Amino acid sequence: MNILDALDDESLRDDIPNFRPGDTLKVHVRVIEGARSRIQVFQGVVIRRQGAGVRETFTVRKVSFGVGVERTFPVHTPVVDRIEIVTRGDVRRAKLYYLRDLRGKAAKIKEKRENVNR
Amino acid sequence: MPTNTGPTRTVKALLGEKLGMTQVFDENNRIVPVTVVKAGPCVVTQVRTPELDGYAAVQIGFGAIDPRRVNKPEAGHFAKAGVTPRRYLTEIRTKDASSYEVGQELTCETFAPGAAVDVAGTSKGKGTAGVMKRHGFHGLGAGHGTQAKHRHPGSIGGCAAPGRVFKGLKMAGRMGNVRTTVLGLTVHRVDVDKGLLLIKGAVPGPTGGVVVIRSAVKGEEPNS
Repeated sequence: MNILDALDDESLRDDIPNFRPGDTLKVHVRVIEGARSRIQVFQGVVIRRQGAGVRETFTVRKVSFGVGVERTFPVHTPVVDRIEIVTRGDVRRAKLYYLRDLRGKAAKIKEKRENVNR
Repeated sequence: MPTNTGPTRTVKALLGEKLGMTQVFDENNRIVPVTVVKAGPCVVTQVRTPELDGYAAVQIGFGAIDPRRVNKPEAGHFAKAGVTPRRYLTEIRTKDASSYEVGQELTCETFAPGAAVDVAGTSKGKGTAGVMKRHGFHGLGAGHGTQAKHRHPGSIGGCAAPGRVFKGLKMAGRMGNVRTTVLGLTVHRVDVDKGLLLIKGAVPGPTGGVVVIRSAVKGEEPNS
């Protein structure tokens, strides 16, 4: 194996669930306040995943008190304690930037129906 | 013998091969961009002494080479040191040169994590480059009637006086493929098993290029 790949493997996490744009996640973020550290949950819709390997990142968007908030995390960052998938979304795009222009019910993403018999 | 006082600093150095860049997470979970360098194993092939050579220095060799490709004078030089031939040789001027022994192996453990280093290598060749890329000129205006001169240097001097173009004027030409040193980098991590140095930041040259890693010239603190 390439030495650089072996080095990157040390940073990669295998406890990250498979998720894709449109999914709603609960991202449990480690927050350090002075000497204490606690877990903060950031819940929202994944609007993009970009990059590959150790430098892959994803962006979660939520609307907080009427203000849109987006946070971008490296997929393999140790800052994230764990990632919980709340719902799987049914979307046709890889980058859901159109959500930024929508609000309320229009910004709702259809839930994916799984195991549908054809 | 010249009245050369010789090197006044203690310099540690290694030759290495640049393997490329990636990123790692540090203890504060922050992303650190690193260049991975396969540093060493280097071998001391000669020790220069002020009495014999007029200066104090250590000659180190690095890299495997087909013994058939080593010419007679070089083969003799390596045989005298009692080591197998190496592809690259370099001399490091250091005050404590006499503490090295011929044949001694130098590994990446020469540098501890957090050490400030300078890295020198041959930069990537850019071919013929214009003045904007080569010298950072600002070029001419993008609009306002500029006619097909957007990336040109503008005036290169006077007219009848001096009646010539001054020597050394910055113009377009060959860029890159010259020895370049990046000062004040930090060793982020040392992988002893694999012989790797993870150096924070970029180092000159292409992947696979040979670089010299030396103790930093300026200060103890890296200028980050």
